[in-house]
Amino acid sequence: MSKKILAVDDSKTMRDMVSFTLKGAGHDVLLADDGVNALSALTGETVDLIITDINMPNMNGIELVEKLRADPRFRATPILILTTESDDGLKQRGRAAGATGWIVKPFVPEKLLKVVDKVCA
Amino acid sequence: MLPAMTDDPFAQFKLTFFEECTELLTDMEQNLGLVESGSFDNETLHAIFRAVHSIKAGADAFSFKRMVAFTHRFEFLLDLLREEKLAVDEPLVDTLFKSFDVLSDLVSFAQNGEEPDAEYGQDALAAIEGYLSGDVGSQPAAEATTDKPVVEEKTDQAVVETADVQSKEEGINHFRIEFTPKEAMYRHANEPLLIIRELMELGEITTTIDTERLPELAKLEPEDAYFSWVFELKTRYGRDDVDEVFEFVIDDCDLTIVTLGDDNEVVSVDVSPGHAGDDDDDFGFFVDDEALKSGVVDANPKPVEEVVAETKPAEVKAPAAAPAATTPAAPTGPTAKAAMPKSASIRVDVDRVDRLVNMVGELVITQSMLAQEVNNSAMDQSSNVTNGMEELSMHIRELQENVMSIRMQPVKSVFARMPRIVRDVSKKVGKKVKLITEGETTEVDKTVIEELADPLTHMIRNSLDHGLETPEERLAAGKGEEGTIRLSAEHRGGRIVIEITDDGRGINREKVLSLAKEKGVVAEDASLSDEEIDNLIFAPGFSTADEVTDLSGRGVGMDVVRRNIQALGGRVSVTSTPGVGARFQLTLPLTLAVLDGMIVGASDEKYVIPINNIIETVRPPSSDVETLIDGNKVIRIRGEYIRVVSVARMFGDVNASNDPSKGLVVLVEADGGKVIGLHVDMLAGQQQVVIKSLETNYRAVKGIASATILGDGSVCLILDIDALARMEVPKIKKPELMADSFVPKQTEQTEMPSAEHLEAVTA
Repeated sequence: MSKKILAVDDSKTMRDMVSFTLKGAGHDVLLADDGVNALSALTGETVDLIITDINMPNMNGIELVEKLRADPRFRATPILILTTESDDGLKQRGRAAGATGWIVKPFVPEKLLKVVDKVCA
Repeated sequence: MLPAMTDDPFAQFKLTFFEECTELLTDMEQNLGLVESGSFDNETLHAIFRAVHSIKAGADAFSFKRMVAFTHRFEFLLDLLREEKLAVDEPLVDTLFKSFDVLSDLVSFAQNGEEPDAEYGQDALAAIEGYLSGDVGSQPAAEATTDKPVVEEKTDQAVVETADVQSKEEGINHFRIEFTPKEAMYRHANEPLLIIRELMELGEITTTIDTERLPELAKLEPEDAYFSWVFELKTRYGRDDVDEVFEFVIDDCDLTIVTLGDDNEVVSVDVSPGHAGDDDDDFGFFVDDEALKSGVVDANPKPVEEVVAETKPAEVKAPAAAPAATTPAAPTGPTAKAAMPKSASIRVDVDRVDRLVNMVGELVITQSMLAQEVNNSAMDQSSNVTNGMEELSMHIRELQENVMSIRMQPVKSVFARMPRIVRDVSKKVGKKVKLITEGETTEVDKTVIEELADPLTHMIRNSLDHGLETPEERLAAGKGEEGTIRLSAEHRGGRIVIEITDDGRGINREKVLSLAKEKGVVAEDASLSDEEIDNLIFAPGFSTADEVTDLSGRGVGMDVVRRNIQALGGRVSVTSTPGVGARFQLTLPLTLAVLDGMIVGASDEKYVIPINNIIETVRPPSSDVETLIDGNKVIRIRGEYIRVVSVARMFGDVNASNDPSKGLVVLVEADGGKVIGLHVDMLAGQQQVVIKSLETNYRAVKGIASATILGDGSVCLILDIDALARMEVPKIKKPELMADSFVPKQTEQTEMPSAEHLEAVTA
């Protein structure tokens, strides 16, 4: 089933790769390059899933997750954080903030799509 | 359903990655400059960290192993820095710059598909390791809580168990899973039904649901968890796959996975950490949500510290969640949005933009052709066609400006490299320098930007090497120890003006003049103005350093700079005040695609003179015209004599009139403020013309910069004023005296391509 997914990453390369993978599987993809722009992209918009990087300028991924969870509209929206293998601390902080799960960078397309299916109804 | 998979599905994004690297490195270099100068804040350090972090992530995705390994360590160093666990001092700044260089090189290596020597970058790495080992206790928070041993231990267990299970290869594995979600699971937007769905995909499943905890409706909290499930799963998959189903929820539920044997005997029982509770220290890294959520380590340091203690005995200081405290408060609201125009931009292949620029160029030509037809057709000036043509011309002009602006980029990318050069060179020559940059957001065509880096670098080096004095000399001259180089850019009259100003010793005119005479650049008896002497440093083969330094000597000095700038249709000049300093000024066109020109007629040909060069047009009375011994003319304007060049004669029409009083003289300013008069027959009007390269379509012709196509479809040549000012005028009489000894002697013959031929090649 096609989902509407917001992908947030300050790296254009990552955004491109996530977007390419998701679109290839038939999903609709919105993109934002930091937390602030993610929130503005979500003004008047709902999505089925949010995938966010953590290290970003202006508003990082953790803050973004916190803000989204505080918003009744996104309380039940699955949020995946993109982390690297060594960032277990960040993974935990992401979870504490309310993230649903995580994707380890670098990812293979199959894995990303599998995780998307896993958390999306 | 899946995108087409090749060996590397992401190979197509490599280009993006390298482009991004370039941008990140540019910003990073600038930020490092700020760190060095001491004018940085926490966000500067975060930005540097993020740059390296992003490069690492990308490098990882494309398996650039060397880059990953290096950025991994570099990142640690930067983490210490942003956590303020390192003092910013010179050795550290050196290490940062050195690491930056290595990283830049590694990116280049990867881009070119090369593999650097094993030794490469080891010195930088060693310097980094020096900092990392010197401060073990302050390992980055992320790393400190990684508690690798625990993770590995857990993995080991999993491997062992998997091996166990898979010894029954081909067979069916049998698990009993007791699953009781907690309220936290819903808070993380994990849905038990999705877990069940995923389990069902693994194999045959029998589900028993326990609703005992479900309260009566009135007491039911919609977001609390009340159900428990017991699944009997028969699957071809192994224990790993079962674990993976619960990957995201393992902290938020009570989970018991029992592996059953062939006869339903219990092989192993695994209880989730959540269920096991506090007595299971092995899983300390599943820290209680609430503790972490608070973001304050001290509020509940116990689990974290225990974990770290396992990893790094004794020296733990402040692990975990610290980054949260130092992350600057996120700006919100409209101001924050306005500060980030980036998200609204797209990346476009330069080729496509160039094609667009070309098409618009053709459109301009077609439009002016049409406009000319309409003008010639004796059509009513207020007719719909005439009005429509006017509007069309306006729209096309606007379209053209907009298309040109796509190619415009701020000079920042070039300016950003300069602090580095100043830093390196000033160290080498033992001078203290402060670099001030201004107008970095000034935009100019991409081509100009690309060609600007070399000349600018050279000029900055020159200012450092020759312009500025040593600290001792400065003190002796009553100046501050530290010299200043100011690099600025601004738009002025449709061009970009870049200035490099130093407060050094200025140009030593005596020395320049004697050297110039010695080298035969000027005649022995030449009398030159101060300004002319200063500008001699741009003459070919000129070097003013007492000894050739490895920085800006070697005779390929400022003349190369001038040539480069001229090739861009620009000009360079210097003004200097002895003892006070020198100012180099570069003037460049904003774009290399169009030009505002004055169309003039000489003999039967038409030429374009760039408007920017034109000072004024005069019709000199014969009393103001003097004839030189070689037959060429000068005119007197406000008491000054100005050499007149007959454009028609210059380009081959030997029968053309040589008397300026019979025509018009367009006074033009060339390089270094030199003024000459161009003798033409008529002015045909001012017009924006689309530049067509002569070299590409025909070949270079001295005195001609390029060509254009006029409204009537004819090819018209654009004069190269700087070249004309330097060229020797064809002699009319045998020369006995040169009027202008400052002009470097040139002997090349000019050759005029026929207009017919050009039409064929440029059409």
